[in-house]
Amino acid sequence: MIVRILGEGQFRVDDDVAAELNQLDTELESAVEHSDEDKFTTALASLLAQVRAQGAPLPADILEASDLILPHEDSSMDEVRKLLTDEGLIPG
Amino acid sequence: MYMKGTAARMGVMKRVSLVFKAKANKALDKMEDPRETLDYSYQRQLELLTKVRRGVADVATSRKRVELQMNQLQQSANKLEDQARKALSMGREDLAREALARKSSAQSQLNDLQAQYAQLQAEEEKLTVASQRLQAKVDAFRTRKETIKATYTAAEAQTRINEAFSGISEEMGDVGMAIQRAEDKTAQMQARAGAIDELMASGALDDLGGHRDDIQSELDMISSGSDVESELARLKGELTASQRKQIEGSGANGGPQAAQAQQPQQAQQAQQPQQAQQPGPYAPPAPQYTPPQQPQQAEQYQPTQAGLPVADLPGLGGEPQDGDG
Repeated sequence: MIVRILGEGQFRVDDDVAAELNQLDTELESAVEHSDEDKFTTALASLLAQVRAQGAPLPADILEASDLILPHEDSSMDEVRKLLTDEGLIPG
Repeated sequence: MYMKGTAARMGVMKRVSLVFKAKANKALDKMEDPRETLDYSYQRQLELLTKVRRGVADVATSRKRVELQMNQLQQSANKLEDQARKALSMGREDLAREALARKSSAQSQLNDLQAQYAQLQAEEEKLTVASQRLQAKVDAFRTRKETIKATYTAAEAQTRINEAFSGISEEMGDVGMAIQRAEDKTAQMQARAGAIDELMASGALDDLGGHRDDIQSELDMISSGSDVESELARLKGELTASQRKQIEGSGANGGPQAAQAQQPQQAQQAQQPQQAQQPGPYAPPAPQYTPPQQPQQAEQYQPTQAGLPVADLPGLGGEPQDGDG
């Protein structure tokens, strides 16, 4: 499975790591829903750390869409909210 | 969009990837002949590459400007400290105070800039890496594009085109966001740099011979009062130490009025080892002083009976004057 960290690149991650990632992702999502800034920061940081630790960076010349995309490291909660709407932050 | 409703159970990661895919699909849908999409997309990739390279250059320019300002501020701070030292040696504690107030203001601007400088540097690095990654992807896309065009009919090509297209468009979206972030940071930095330029032009951070801006200086003095006190104490300590060495010299210049502000500084002075053994900071009876170094620079002060015209100094003299930037 391919995971992208925005601003950082893509990683290939084993499928069995996915469960762990999903757990953290659920926390991240609930933090966004409840506007819990502390929880948001912690959940995002662990999620990114997990992907970096468990994933292998995808070579730059490989053209594949990612299965999962994560916000960049210093995203604010507000940025993530915008990212979740189709006319949000993504240009073009 | 179609993700509504299920969104709550999907997680952030999946939702974001769907948003990216939706963007790619929307662009694909506009094309009649899918192979046209390849060429069109390739053009846009090249444009984006140019844009990201320009972004790197812009951030670098901004970083260099900040670097320049940091150097200027550092020079100002150094010069002001020298001036404070000289003013004190001539018994002009009022001038020393003013110089230290400006130094403190320059120093706090400098600290701010240092933090932002580090941010710009990080942004520049990220953007450089993003630009290299995009270049590699664009190259891969071009190869794939040529293969697809040579091998498949329009109808057959659709799936392969979709794959290549969604891969590259995700990268482009990511890079586009990175450029946007860098632009925002650069704009903030430019605004800040502009403000500091204005502040410098107003003379608020200048040495005492320069232009003047009464209000800014007065504000600086209020906000940096405690810095001034401790700096003043430190300089007095240095002065006392050097006077002790040169106690056998002659001349009578200096001090009685400097003694006014001694009390608050005594605690801080005690922290400095070289004068810890002295009870008072200024060794009051020492009447003579020879400037410790670079005596020729003392001329800037025209150490005649008039010294620096007090009335010309912001916050010290009579009526306020407008700075002439």
